[in-house]
Amino acid sequence: MDKKARAIISDPMVDNNPITKQILGICSALAVTVKMEQAVVMSLALAFVLVCSNVIISLLRKGIPGKIRIIVQLTVIASLVILIDQILKAYLYDISKQLSVFVGLIITNCIIMGRAEAFAMQNNYKDAMYDGLGNAIGYGSVLIIVSTFRELLGSGTLFNYSVIPASIYLENGGWYVNNGLMLLAPGAFIILGLIIWVQRTYTQYIED
Amino acid sequence: MQHNNLYTFKFITIITLVASFLLALASTQLKELQKFNVELDKKKNILKCVGKDVSLMNADEIIEEYQSNISNIVLNPKGGIVSNVSSDNLESVQNKTTGQLNYFLDNIEYLPAYKSSNPEAFIIPISGKGLWSTLYGYLALEKDLNTVKGLTFYKHGETPGLGGEVEKKWFQNNFVGKKIFDQTGQLVSVKVVKGKANDVLAGEALNHGVDGISGATITSRGVSDFLKRDLLRYEPYMKNNRTN
Repeated sequence: MDKKARAIISDPMVDNNPITKQILGICSALAVTVKMEQAVVMSLALAFVLVCSNVIISLLRKGIPGKIRIIVQLTVIASLVILIDQILKAYLYDISKQLSVFVGLIITNCIIMGRAEAFAMQNNYKDAMYDGLGNAIGYGSVLIIVSTFRELLGSGTLFNYSVIPASIYLENGGWYVNNGLMLLAPGAFIILGLIIWVQRTYTQYIED
Repeated sequence: MQHNNLYTFKFITIITLVASFLLALASTQLKELQKFNVELDKKKNILKCVGKDVSLMNADEIIEEYQSNISNIVLNPKGGIVSNVSSDNLESVQNKTTGQLNYFLDNIEYLPAYKSSNPEAFIIPISGKGLWSTLYGYLALEKDLNTVKGLTFYKHGETPGLGGEVEKKWFQNNFVGKKIFDQTGQLVSVKVVKGKANDVLAGEALNHGVDGISGATITSRGVSDFLKRDLLRYEPYMKNNRTN
């Protein structure tokens, strides 16, 4: 892998992270981060759609008529989303039920449309693939960080395994209570805000 | 780059044809698996509403547990048990405005239900409109046919976090132990109140009310409505078979 490819992949991980820098895809980042399991499946679903749509649109880019390019992009993205939704329903039914509408809503996830329009339409399919991969990792890593905190603090579990000893819970005579706020959307907002704060302190980025 | 209209037209036609072909292919290939999952999920929910913990069971265990415990029964609207009709043959017709499911065979209406042997319970399917969607679930009654043993929803399209809370444990657990008949023997069902049941209701009424979902008044009202409506259809059977 050459230098350029590495740069394309690593750029959206931190410096240009779709969630923490561009503040895109927030809706799903708040909704599916209650449990790590959901966050991982959602990240994989998004990665599949993002990489495939970037590659397909990049391959078609010279043939796509300019007047209807958004429609063509949406057709490709929507087809991929329906496909992944069907696959989840067939092989991971329980998780697909928990993710409910959010898999379908990948269609409207700004990250995918944004990458298709901003990157895949101008670059070859290899770079487009790297770009999709990088953005998917950037999105997925934020989802997984947020969901780790939310599941640990909100339910006392990680991937559904209890990590906080049962004996310290209030109902068993201890003092500990799970933080219910973490299970609600405000909990995700707070954690996401903290992540953005930490990241911007680190990268010295200032919004104009 | 500029393309003429004919090219644009051809291009979009090919794209849509290819996309729809692939989706149709995927849909037909995965249909059997999805159907199996939906059936399994229904079985899981029936077991869940009689109080079994199914969270750690795999598919085979669920099917085995279901087959050894749950049996289908078919009732006629007058409350008698029909033995010569199998619930598999019933055709369901949905009322588009209320979301209620009616079951027919040769234009005669029947009511499907389930019986659990261990623990003993009587289970009815429930369905009706919430805010955006039709909710589908099961209600299990203890063998006195009065006390609620459990309630589950296996399908709905309500807003996650608001109306979608109907699928959560805290909401469903509130129904356990509630009564559907009042002291005079009138079927009053269980009502989802606005706010906390303890604040709004007192005394006898507390037996028939559960906490509402904040931010989901219409879903809550829908649940109250269709619960009562579906229970009323089974009232003749319950009256005939109630033990006090």
